[in-house]
Amino acid sequence: MKLKLMAATAAMALSAAAAQANTLVYCSEGSPEGFDPALFTAGTTFDASSHPIYNRLLEFETGTTNVIPGLAESVEASDDGLEYTFKLRQGVKFHSNDEFTPSRDFNADDVIFSFMRQKDEGHPFNQVSGGTWEYFQGMGMPDLVESIEKVDDYTVKFTLTKPEAPFVANMAMDFASILSAEYADAMMEAGTPEKLNTAPIGTGPFSFVAYQKDAVIRYAQNADYWKDPADVENLIFAITPDASVRYQKLKAGECHIMPYPNPADIQAMQDDGDINMMEQEGLNVGYLAYNTTMEPFDNPNVRKALNMAIDKNAIIDVVFQGSGQVAKNPIPPTMWGYNDAITDDAYDPEAAKAMLEAEGVSDLSMKVWAMPVQRPYNPNARRMAELIQADFAKVGVDVEIVSYEWGEYLSRSKELNRDGAVLLGWTGDNGDPDNFLAVLLGCDGREASNRAQWCHQPFEDLILQAKQSTDQAERTKLYEDAQVVFKEQAPWATIAHSVVYMPMSNKVQGYKVHPLGGHIFYGVSVE
Amino acid sequence: MFGYFLTRLGMFIPTFLGVTLISFMFIRVLPGDPIIVMAGERGMTEERYQEMVEKLGFDKPVLQQYWDYLVGVLHGDLGESFVTKKPVWDEFFALFPATLELSICAMIFAVALGLPAGVIAAVNRGKFFDRALMSSALVGYSMPIFWWALLLIIVFSGNLGWTPVSGRIDLLYYFPSVTGFMLIDSLLSGQAGAFGSAVRHLILPTIVLGTIPLAVIARQTRSAMLEVLGEDYIRTARAKGLSPSRINGLHALRNALIPVITVIGLSVGTLLAGAILTETIFSWPGIGKWMVDSIFRRDYPVVQGGLLMIAVIVMLVNLLVDVLYGIINPKIRRR
Repeated sequence: MKLKLMAATAAMALSAAAAQANTLVYCSEGSPEGFDPALFTAGTTFDASSHPIYNRLLEFETGTTNVIPGLAESVEASDDGLEYTFKLRQGVKFHSNDEFTPSRDFNADDVIFSFMRQKDEGHPFNQVSGGTWEYFQGMGMPDLVESIEKVDDYTVKFTLTKPEAPFVANMAMDFASILSAEYADAMMEAGTPEKLNTAPIGTGPFSFVAYQKDAVIRYAQNADYWKDPADVENLIFAITPDASVRYQKLKAGECHIMPYPNPADIQAMQDDGDINMMEQEGLNVGYLAYNTTMEPFDNPNVRKALNMAIDKNAIIDVVFQGSGQVAKNPIPPTMWGYNDAITDDAYDPEAAKAMLEAEGVSDLSMKVWAMPVQRPYNPNARRMAELIQADFAKVGVDVEIVSYEWGEYLSRSKELNRDGAVLLGWTGDNGDPDNFLAVLLGCDGREASNRAQWCHQPFEDLILQAKQSTDQAERTKLYEDAQVVFKEQAPWATIAHSVVYMPMSNKVQGYKVHPLGGHIFYGVSVE
Repeated sequence: MFGYFLTRLGMFIPTFLGVTLISFMFIRVLPGDPIIVMAGERGMTEERYQEMVEKLGFDKPVLQQYWDYLVGVLHGDLGESFVTKKPVWDEFFALFPATLELSICAMIFAVALGLPAGVIAAVNRGKFFDRALMSSALVGYSMPIFWWALLLIIVFSGNLGWTPVSGRIDLLYYFPSVTGFMLIDSLLSGQAGAFGSAVRHLILPTIVLGTIPLAVIARQTRSAMLEVLGEDYIRTARAKGLSPSRINGLHALRNALIPVITVIGLSVGTLLAGAILTETIFSWPGIGKWMVDSIFRRDYPVVQGGLLMIAVIVMLVNLLVDVLYGIINPKIRRR
């Protein structure tokens, strides 16, 4: 027995050593929660699961927020926008492992399984691995999707309860990854249904090999991939939580690519001839939301005056240490529908002061809420609040900074009669402007994700119309108009979008920074 | 001796129950609702929130929740992580060998250097070596672990390239975990160079984690030795003409060991606390980082289960220390 084990391990080591030359090592920032993307919500989990291991019916084109065909070759919407029919790709193979070898190719049964386990509480896999299906629930899918039908082996029809154009982008999200129904049945029969999450089987460019918690994840190239096989034969995630240590590993050649560098190290990395630094604006926005139901913040001119008093460039320098960009719109510039024609309110304390006086506001005292946690859209909310406090003092507004524990902060900041303005932000899920504008500024979001408690009918009409249209050009126009209304009404001070930096060895070729935040290694090679 | 052991063991039970209560209450006293923290900026509907409350059992009275937890613990069930949905017990045992291996190495490092350093300092009291050693011990004791670790990495891994930056073994080596102890598994794997790689990966984390216990042990050994060296029986031994090495090594050190063993026992707690930072910096897959992550995520089952396990380990080590006292000093076990 021992001899067998030693022989097996020696063989594994030999193959690992032989393949080392063609291995990409990614120093990831943390451990995935698991490998079934529908069960979880963290980007770290999606990097390790949905991107390498799985595909979806539709995919986001790497490097953009455009939706392109994935396991579905095409999708057709009915005229009333209530039915979406997906034509599935044929000849797609699932991975295999020690306990499972697929007997058939991917088909409609896998699609039905992947969604029904999330939708149907009576489904045998609904409760497996404590399934709470956060994203499926969070995107409102249970209420939106009325039924999912198998028309034939390679055609699936989704019927919706109401027309909703962002549904197409939802189908490219991580929770919509397609799992093997055959593998699920096999594991259920073996009494180990949780293996869907711990020993994943997908159709993606890499198959799962092994995971040691908090240490390493290993993947191998899927030679039967339905597109060209990945450029590297092995993909390794070396889990390295500390950003300074990741940098040292990159310098020492222990990894080829790393995410989330320390802002303080960025300059040194840019100066290092062996490191290639890629950058892009993140799909996020950090904002200060006034409570538009309370005096004097119910007056758009007061809100606009306060916005003019904030020196956003100073915030970018001090809080983001340069790794941010001033935000003029509530959606980031990498998103389609972004209205670049809008000009930001200029920083002008004198004009702001005069405007406040003209509105009869004097001796104003207010609270500014500072989050207790670090987020990409706001790396140091306390510092940001202090800068805003100093800016507002210049126009005669007295600010008290308040903060609560994160859970408390999230719930108290939702209250309709909340005092003052709240610093918060948002990271996009599906690259659709609806995911920012409706969620954060729509009337339904009041006392929930709409921290400004803002409900403005002209804006609401535009975003509802855009939600229901399936014509992309029309939707783009509607969202551009909505941003004009937003700017006039100023329910928030839009502060910043983060800039995402991705340092990598010069040996790495073909990497694209993905605006949706994922780290994707298909198409990446190492010299 | 057996009666002494039983008495010590008897004290274990109420302490254990107390620890279950404290670990259960600790995480609940912290502000922050785990369901809201899990949902983040996205939030959730009131209906969905209620569903989750029921699913996680938070709708039951706290006493009932504690009772369920206690019954589970007594049946060897520590619950399932809210985050990974895996049993806490499985996660603990997957990660604990890494922490244990690092802690044992750090302790060996601290004792192997700390004991002789303390003895030599005591024998050379007031001389240059003594002063230099005690100053270094003070620096070692006050050193912020985070800073010390990064300094060592930058110098020895970054600039000199002598040691790897982080991890437990080179990624080139890949073999299944048998014992969870990398030094043993790398030997069992039979792969050339694997053991050497595991040793090289252990050097910096061992030094970082062992620095504070090393300083404490050196200082404690020195003061205990000085006290013993002033005793009458040492003077008698000297008067008898025994060699200084025999006096120091046999008569003085054995009696000085009691307080030193106490300190070593107490250092287990320090090691586990230090492991939190050391493991994070060196990407060491142990329980330290696992606990910190779970506190931030308000992952109740992991926090209470992990705390309980750590407390039990510290209690077991202290039980062992009590037994060792009895062996070293027969007067104690007769009390």
